[in-house]
Amino acid sequence: MWTLKRKTRGEALFDFLNTLGMVLICFVTVYPIWYVLVNSFNDGTDAMSGGIYWWPRQFSLENFGAVFRSEGIMIAMGITVAKTLVGTVAHVFFTAMVAYAFSRKGLIGGKFYILMGTVTLFFGGGLIPTYLLIRDLHLLDNFLVYIIPVLFSFFDLIIFMTFFREIPEGLEEAARIDGANDWSIFLRVVLPVSMPVLATIALFHGVYQWNDYFTGMIYINNTDLQPIQTYLYRVVAESSSNQMMAAVPGGVTRSVTSQSIKLATMVVTTAPIVFAYPFLQKYFVKGMMIGSIKG
Amino acid sequence: MERKIETRVSELPSERDGKARKWWRKLLGQRHLQTMALLGVAWMFIFNYIPMYGIIIAFKEYNIVDTIANAPWVGLDHFREFLQDDELGGVIRNTLGISLIKLVIGFPLPIIFALFLNELRSVKFKKTVQTISYLPHFLSWVILGGILATWLADVGIINNMLIGLGLITEPISYLAEPKYFWGIVITSDIWKELGWSAIIYLAAMASVSPEQYEAATMDGAGRFQKMFYVTLPNIRPTIAILFILAVSGVLNSNFDQILVLRNSLNESASNVIDIYVYQTGIQQGRFSYSTAVGLLKSVIALILLLIANGVTKKLNNTSLF
Repeated sequence: MWTLKRKTRGEALFDFLNTLGMVLICFVTVYPIWYVLVNSFNDGTDAMSGGIYWWPRQFSLENFGAVFRSEGIMIAMGITVAKTLVGTVAHVFFTAMVAYAFSRKGLIGGKFYILMGTVTLFFGGGLIPTYLLIRDLHLLDNFLVYIIPVLFSFFDLIIFMTFFREIPEGLEEAARIDGANDWSIFLRVVLPVSMPVLATIALFHGVYQWNDYFTGMIYINNTDLQPIQTYLYRVVAESSSNQMMAAVPGGVTRSVTSQSIKLATMVVTTAPIVFAYPFLQKYFVKGMMIGSIKG
Repeated sequence: MERKIETRVSELPSERDGKARKWWRKLLGQRHLQTMALLGVAWMFIFNYIPMYGIIIAFKEYNIVDTIANAPWVGLDHFREFLQDDELGGVIRNTLGISLIKLVIGFPLPIIFALFLNELRSVKFKKTVQTISYLPHFLSWVILGGILATWLADVGIINNMLIGLGLITEPISYLAEPKYFWGIVITSDIWKELGWSAIIYLAAMASVSPEQYEAATMDGAGRFQKMFYVTLPNIRPTIAILFILAVSGVLNSNFDQILVLRNSLNESASNVIDIYVYQTGIQQGRFSYSTAVGLLKSVIALILLLIANGVTKKLNNTSLF
């Protein structure tokens, strides 16, 4: 048997180097995040002299204290949580509903509807015409701008349709004989058996909602409506760290600097994604497969 | 019940009349489904098709207080203005420069990563590496911009290390100097997306039958030969499709990324077409001009997609559509 043959020296060397390379890639991936983490748990003034690579030198929770005491940051966090929850539920429900209708055989106009959606995959109005539309719909400085313009996605619809088409027809027939109409079939039969695909799309859209800073940047002027990512963008990209200090009651204390608050805010913003990540990762890999077959 | 109605309908004297009635009856039967579908169609009409109509301001002199329909036509004036603009050269150079380097380096790397990942013998270790490598994909560019700014700061880890090694004497402000910008953009993009882009290739590799590898082993093929002669040919269709998409996206700089990393000091290297559209449109309020530039970009991207699709179809027998 060939498979039972002992590894040759070349094979062993290959395996060793390959494993080493992969460990190195993992290190390069994780370390930049780790570096931010340990620095955020270090005394801010002390961290300014640099050299904190593996573990906090002067452990301190003051940076996080400052973040949680800052009203501006907490409001922005609240907006992010609200837009992620509302936006994801609305997007998943609406897109799944349309996908269910589009996936039914014999839907009058079905081919035309799908053609209409396919066009949008290749061509769009672009930045300014979209901006003008949002303005005309009175969505500027309105929380709904985070929800309605991304309520639907034709790309996600394709993933849903692929899944819905594989649901055994018998399930639906049985419900129909019991007198269920299309709404109750969608709600009580189709949705409950589609949990894997619902979770996948919810994950993707949730991450989008959580990470999106651009919407808050161009459509929102009222700082009480901006999400945390937009808030951070203004701090990071416009490097107006002073603005951040202004948001902290009492301003600079001895141990907190604008840089250390920035790091703590980044950690607080990223933590939910990192914590949710191991639980959700089985779903997105599956979702990527469905998407890649179609897309 | 259903069938009984059908027979009765087809027995009607006028065939056409019957057909129409059947159609109406069917429509009535799917009124719930049609409601669901039309809600989606209405959304697409408003949020996809009205902005497409809005593109006509590229050929008009749109004024913020006016309506799109009332704005006077100016033909191709905005396109002409763009083609004569002093910034045009820089915009094209930055857009194509960044994209082409991303294409040359960033496109093959996930394939190579996937090939080597596929060679790992321990399934558990492979899963762990995969999980870790996907993680950066889920971080926002704002966070990554913050991480980069921390790393590249005057007292950041990069400067500290280089000074420690005696390679430089003064700290370098990397994000303030145009000559480092492309390197930063390309490296950070690879860091963020390497693992994620490899998923599709790994999926394609998983479907290669073990017999092919066994046969290659019989023939005395080593690990590299198997990677090259068995795995790679099997994932060629996947590579072809992703290549089409990559080529058609060369005008799409990573807008989210560049918007975070650019500043007034590195502008000469960071002003790509999407940033230019954003600046002229949103920041300067030149709505018509900005739309014209954006339209030009979309049309060229569409043509590139068709060309890439055609070429790959000829060479490889694989295509997107």
